[in-house]
Amino acid sequence: MSLIETDNLPDHDDFYAELLATHRGLNEAQSHALNARLILILANHIGDRAVLSRALELARETV
Amino acid sequence: MPYDYEPFEYAPPPGLKAKEPQHKVVIVGAGPVGLAMAIELSNHGVSSVVLDDNNVVSVGSRAICWSKRSLEIFDRLGIGEQALAKGVTWKVGRTFHRDHEVFNFDLLPEKGHRMPAFVNLQQYYVEQYLVERAQEIDLVDLRFLNKVTAVEQTDDAVHLRIETPDGEYGLAADYLIACDGARSPVRGMMGLEFEGELFEEHFLIADIEMQGNFASERWFWFEPEFHAGQSALLHKQPDNIYRIDLQLGWDTDPDEEKKPEKVIPRIEKVVGHSDFRLDWVSVYTFQCRRLRDFVHGRIIFAGDSAHVVSPFGARGGNSGLQDVDNLGWKLAAVLQGRAPAGLLDSYNRERTHGADENLRNSSRTTRFMTPADGIERIFRDQVLRLAGKVPFARGWVNSGRLSVPCIYPSAAPDNIRMPKATRPGAVALDAPHGNGWLLQNLGGAPRLLAINCAAPDLGLDVLEVEETPFLRERYLGDAAQAFYLIRPDQVVAARWIEPDAQAVRAAIDAMWEGRA
Repeated sequence: MSLIETDNLPDHDDFYAELLATHRGLNEAQSHALNARLILILANHIGDRAVLSRALELARETV
Repeated sequence: MPYDYEPFEYAPPPGLKAKEPQHKVVIVGAGPVGLAMAIELSNHGVSSVVLDDNNVVSVGSRAICWSKRSLEIFDRLGIGEQALAKGVTWKVGRTFHRDHEVFNFDLLPEKGHRMPAFVNLQQYYVEQYLVERAQEIDLVDLRFLNKVTAVEQTDDAVHLRIETPDGEYGLAADYLIACDGARSPVRGMMGLEFEGELFEEHFLIADIEMQGNFASERWFWFEPEFHAGQSALLHKQPDNIYRIDLQLGWDTDPDEEKKPEKVIPRIEKVVGHSDFRLDWVSVYTFQCRRLRDFVHGRIIFAGDSAHVVSPFGARGGNSGLQDVDNLGWKLAAVLQGRAPAGLLDSYNRERTHGADENLRNSSRTTRFMTPADGIERIFRDQVLRLAGKVPFARGWVNSGRLSVPCIYPSAAPDNIRMPKATRPGAVALDAPHGNGWLLQNLGGAPRLLAINCAAPDLGLDVLEVEETPFLRERYLGDAAQAFYLIRPDQVVAARWIEPDAQAVRAAIDAMWEGRA
């Protein structure tokens, strides 16, 4: 399995709205912490080392 | 060429001389929604009087993007060909962030539909075509320079006071439909207020006439260098008129921003030269809100008088036409005694549902374009950053989601082996049919559509067809045959693989009673 880079999430607008709503009312440090927890939770769910390495690489390349 | 705003003829209404008999329907407002409403009612055999305090089409392009569904509705109203012939279709969209293009897309037309996904056409053309069409119809009584000053409702009628250049008169009607826009005077007279999330933003909207071969494309900028921190949109319309939308921010002064000495330099920065003529400028203030209820006894709200949204995503004019589509057959059925007055509750239920979906979508777009400082802005900017690199993120860039009809919640008979896109509550999808098109053949009457089978005789018009690849994809799915009950507004009411006369009869009753 390789990292999916094409559209894979149905109704991503809805997810995006929920993501922002989850952050609402948090200060900057709390938002950073939430994002960190979220990444760890999703990484565990994905459970594929190669996919995660490629995702990290892609995120880093885009800096 | 600038549009020629020719005034429509005013004639002194009969009510100035003698009391008019009670009318079936009075429509307040001769904009696209009010005019479409009158023509749609006439399609169902119902007469109406349309009152407007003005006598010209709306000034400036205003609603410009008409969706496939609106074009299908226009077709039934008799102006589909005109709108299609005059309108401009763009296929390529370009999205910029700061000074570089992030990505572009090419919208390939979907095969097997009579109408394209949308056309750009100034609202004044749509109004002109609708007025010309309405004037051909005996059942439509169009009265310009007739201003409603008072509205009162009794058990069996709505009473109006109306001002004209020749004095005042009164009218009574079984029903009043308020299609009088975002600042609806009728809504004000009834003391009703919008509810919901207050979400305010200012946009400068300008039409410019520009010769030359500027591409027929949609260009959208996030935080352009020429307009720091805000967003901008450029669209082509017929007659070499281009529409520019510039987000101004809420803390700007609309009167100041409208001045040509402020507007022209801004536009020069957008198009990169000064070889254009300013045709129209307006500052658009919007809220994302709606009335809690669209039906108040004998007074019914449709279009902007009932719900207002942000301009991105083309949900103002298009959702108003869907209100018309939903209300026309229902009000006709109630007035003609074919259905109980309760059927109108289903207009309220279904169109408030549609309005909520439009409000949700337009609020999300607005939020993407104007993120709050902090984490919202970080996420927004990183979606744009990723979009330049990874295909999935392009779909997440939200500069307006094209208006498509909502799917009304429905518990009607269904079968999961059939395609989801045509489930009960959805608008029937078009497909080639003989030498024409399926939706044209469905028309505006309730229909039984039988594919690969015979329909039982239940007193409704029947359309029996053999399958085609498009019908298989859009209506059959895995099923060998299919049987659809389709409402007059072309919404699927119920569907079966094996029709059972008793179940179909029950679904027909549910349709006339407006049960979900």
